Amino acid sequence: MIRFVLGKLAYLLPTFLGITIVAFGFVRVLPGDPVLLMAGERGLSPERHAELSHALGFDRPLWQQYLDFLVRLLHGDFGVSLVTKRPVLHEFFTLFPATIELSLCAILLATAIGLPLGIFAAIRRGSWFDQVSMSTALVGYSMPIFWWGLLLIIFFSGFLGWTPVSGRISLMYFFPKVTGFMLIDSLLSGQKGAFASALSHLILPAIVLATIPMAVIARQARSAMLEVLGEDYVRTARAKGLSAWRVVGLHALRNALIPVITTIGLQVGTLMGGAILTETIFSWPGIGKAMVDSISRRDYPSVQGGLLIIAAAVMLVNLIVDLLYGLINPRIRHR
Amino acid sequence: MTTTTEIEPAAATGTIAALREFWHYFSENRGAVIGLWVFVALVLIAVFAPLIAPHDPIEQVRDALLKPPSWAEKGDPRFLLGTDAVGRDILSRLIFGARYSLFIGVIVVVVALSGGIVIGLVAGFFGGWVDTVIMRVMDVILAFPSLLLALVLVAVLGPGLTNAMIAIALVLQPHFARLTRGAVMGELPREYVMAARVAGAGKARLMFRTILPNCLAPLIVQATLSFSGAILDAAALGFLGMGAQRPTPEWGTMLAEAREFILSAWWVVTFPGLAILITVLAINLMGDGLRDALDPKLKRS
Repeated sequence: MIRFVLGKLAYLLPTFLGITIVAFGFVRVLPGDPVLLMAGERGLSPERHAELSHALGFDRPLWQQYLDFLVRLLHGDFGVSLVTKRPVLHEFFTLFPATIELSLCAILLATAIGLPLGIFAAIRRGSWFDQVSMSTALVGYSMPIFWWGLLLIIFFSGFLGWTPVSGRISLMYFFPKVTGFMLIDSLLSGQKGAFASALSHLILPAIVLATIPMAVIARQARSAMLEVLGEDYVRTARAKGLSAWRVVGLHALRNALIPVITTIGLQVGTLMGGAILTETIFSWPGIGKAMVDSISRRDYPSVQGGLLIIAAAVMLVNLIVDLLYGLINPRIRHR
Repeated sequence: MTTTTEIEPAAATGTIAALREFWHYFSENRGAVIGLWVFVALVLIAVFAPLIAPHDPIEQVRDALLKPPSWAEKGDPRFLLGTDAVGRDILSRLIFGARYSLFIGVIVVVVALSGGIVIGLVAGFFGGWVDTVIMRVMDVILAFPSLLLALVLVAVLGPGLTNAMIAIALVLQPHFARLTRGAVMGELPREYVMAARVAGAGKARLMFRTILPNCLAPLIVQATLSFSGAILDAAALGFLGMGAQRPTPEWGTMLAEAREFILSAWWVVTFPGLAILITVLAINLMGDGLRDALDPKLKRS
C-alpha cells in the first residue's frame, strides 16, 4: 500500500509542477506590462517602475523568476491581493469553508438522490420508472445551471417567497466564526432561527450545484448495476433461490458501487466549475465568486494564486479518491 | 491491378451495409431519433434565420420595452415571445442565437478534435519520451476545472467570442488526445498494422490511413459530447461577461443582460435558457444513440 501511495505521489509531482508553470506563465503572457499589472499601479515614474520591477523580481532571468516563485510558494507566499492588500493565501483560506460547505451539501444531495435512482432504474430496466428517471437525468446533465439557478430564484424566491435570493445567512444574526461552516456555526451559536436561516440560504445553491453530478451519478449507477446484474455470480445467486433483494443488496450492489464511488470523487472538478457559476448567481461568498470578481477587477495576483490553489485542491481530492479506490478495490492496488 | 478492381466494389457495399447497420441500431433508440430531428430543425433555423426571424435581432423598438409574450396579459401581438429591456424582439434574437451556438459548437469541436487527433496519434505512435511529455502536458490541462481554465484564458486573451472559442477548444482538446492515444496503442500491435508496415507504408500513412479509421468510433461519441459541452461553456462564459459581447444575440449573453429582471420580467430570462437546454439536450440524446450504435460491447446484449 505504501508503494502504491508513493507511486501516485511521484506521478502527481510533474503535474503539480506543470500547474505552477501555468500559474507563473499566465501573468507573463497577459497583454501589457507585467510589472504594472502585478503592482496594480498606473502612470509610474521610471524610477518607481525600476524599483517595483526589482521588488517583484521581474528584472531577473526568467528561470530564476520561476525558481523564486516556487520558493515563495513553498513558504506559503502566494502574493498580495491588489484589491484588499492582504495575502492571497489568507484571502482564499477564509473563503474556502463557504465553497466546501456548498460543495459537500451538493455532492451529498446528488448522491442521496442519484444513487438510488440509478440502482432502481437498473433493477426495473425498461419500466416507466427507468425511462422517466433516465430522461430526467439526461435533462439534468444537459442543464445550463446558471439558467437553472435563475429559474429557481424566480419560482422559490420571487413567486413563492420561500427562500432568500443571495448570501449565506440573514444579516439579523451575528455569531462567532468557529468552523467557518454556516450550518454548524449557526447551531453552535444557539440563536433561534439562525440554523433555519442558514439552511434556507443554502438550499437553492446546493440544488443547482448538485444537478449535473446527480445526473452523472444516476446514469453511472444504472450502467454499473446493469453490468453487474448480467454477471455469472448474480445468476448463480438467483439460481440458488435467494430473494431478489438479497441478490441485489448483497451481491450486486457492493460490486456496482466501486465504479460509482470513483465517479462521485471525480465530480469534484465539475463541482469547482459549477461553483464559479452557482456562487456568482447566488452571491455566495466562496472561491468561485472570488475568482470571477478577481478576473473582472484585474486583480492578477489573486487570479494567479486562486488558479494554483484551486487546481492543487482538485488534485488533492482526486488523489484521495484514487487512494480510497485502491483501498476498496485491491485489484487496482496490486496491478 | 485486378485485385484492386475486385476489392473496390466490395468496400463500397461494405460502407453502405455498415451505414445501414448503424442506422438500424441508432433508430432503435427513440430518444436519439427525436434528438436528431430537433437538431436538424435547429440547423435549418440557424441557416434560414434572416428569413424566419420576424424582426431584426438588434433593432430596438422604443415603444415596446419589456413587453411580455403575446399570449400573456399586456402582451403585444407583434412580439410572440415578448421584448427585452431595450425593446428587441426576443424570438428573433433566439433565432439568430441558434447560429452562434451551432457555429461555436462546430468550430470548437473541429479545432479540438483535429488538434487532439494529431497530438494523440503522435503520442501513441511514437511512444517513449514523446508520449510522456505530451501526456503530462495534457494532465496539467486536465488538472484545472475546465470552466476555470477557460475563464482565465479568456482573461489573458481578452473577452470576446473568438477568444472564448479558442479557450474552450484548448480545454476540451486533451480528451481527444487521450482517447486517440489509447485507441492507437490498442491498434498498434494488431496484425493489419504490421502488414501495412511490412508492405512499406510510411509513418504518416500508417498513422492517418491505417490506424486512425479504426479508432474513430469513440472519437465520434466524444465529439458529440464536446459539441454540447462547448455550447454550454460558451454560454456560461457569455453569462459571466467573458464570451460574446453585447449586443450579440448569443444565448448566454442574453441571459447575462436579463439577470437584473429576474423578479420583474420572467420571459427575458426563461426563453434563452430554454433554447440552450433544448439544443444541448438534443445533441446529448444523439450522443447517447451514437454511443449505443457504435459501441460493439453494448451491441451484443
